[in-house]
Amino acid sequence: MEAVEQKNITLERDADSNLKNLSDWSTEIAEVLAKEEGIEELTERHWLVINFMRKEFHEKGDAPSIRRLTKESGVDTKELYALFPKGPAKKAAKIAGLPKPKGCI
Amino acid sequence: MEESIKKVSIVVSRGSLEGVYPGLIMANGARMEGIEATLFFTFFGLHAVTEKKMDKLKVATVGNPAMCVPSAMGPGLPTWMGALPGMSWFATGMMKKEIEKLDIPPVREFIEMIHDTGCQIYGCKATVDMFHLSKKDFCPQVDDIISVGQFYEKSAGAQIIFT
Repeated sequence: MEAVEQKNITLERDADSNLKNLSDWSTEIAEVLAKEEGIEELTERHWLVINFMRKEFHEKGDAPSIRRLTKESGVDTKELYALFPKGPAKKAAKIAGLPKPKGCI
Repeated sequence: MEESIKKVSIVVSRGSLEGVYPGLIMANGARMEGIEATLFFTFFGLHAVTEKKMDKLKVATVGNPAMCVPSAMGPGLPTWMGALPGMSWFATGMMKKEIEKLDIPPVREFIEMIHDTGCQIYGCKATVDMFHLSKKDFCPQVDDIISVGQFYEKSAGAQIIFT
């Protein structure tokens, strides 16, 4: 994390302040993005969600719905809201370096 | 920049499938955006949280001039045909199929999911009394049966949306 700040990398952002270039993402960048969202430390459970979102995005071109996320990642809705308070889909997508999910559900 | 919405109170007053889903989608969508949400079910809207009814909600085909077959852009269904036996069953099947395609859960699962997001769910006391129901008739996600006065108290600082 220190290294990222020291190198003084400027990350291009889109209108929702998500990463503009998916290729800019790295696990270190994820930690920085998480801090911006008020998540001090990314646990194993956070990573489970983040990795699942990245996998889904690369396969399907959009982040998964909360329903798919809870059914297939093994993290239920309650825990999801506890891990990423105030909007898990949006926040997890941002930390995963993806654009804001387009779906309504 | 305009101040963002912090809290919504959504009233569901209708008991048809198309009457219930918009309120549920809005409540879930609010939570997804980090907005506090409360759902209040009143009149026939209570069917969406009634154990015996919630899995059997139907699309209202009678008196609905917007009804089209076989899809939303198909020719309009003459309104009198909406009353034919089986029409509501047919339209309900079609809509449920499309809803599933969008990964929107069936009503019971949706109510469970919305409750898990931290949305509070209430039934309307006046309707419960009128229909001679009690708390045990409802799914476990119903937090309480409250009066309209309590509803306004709980909605302090919220935008109220009536559906």
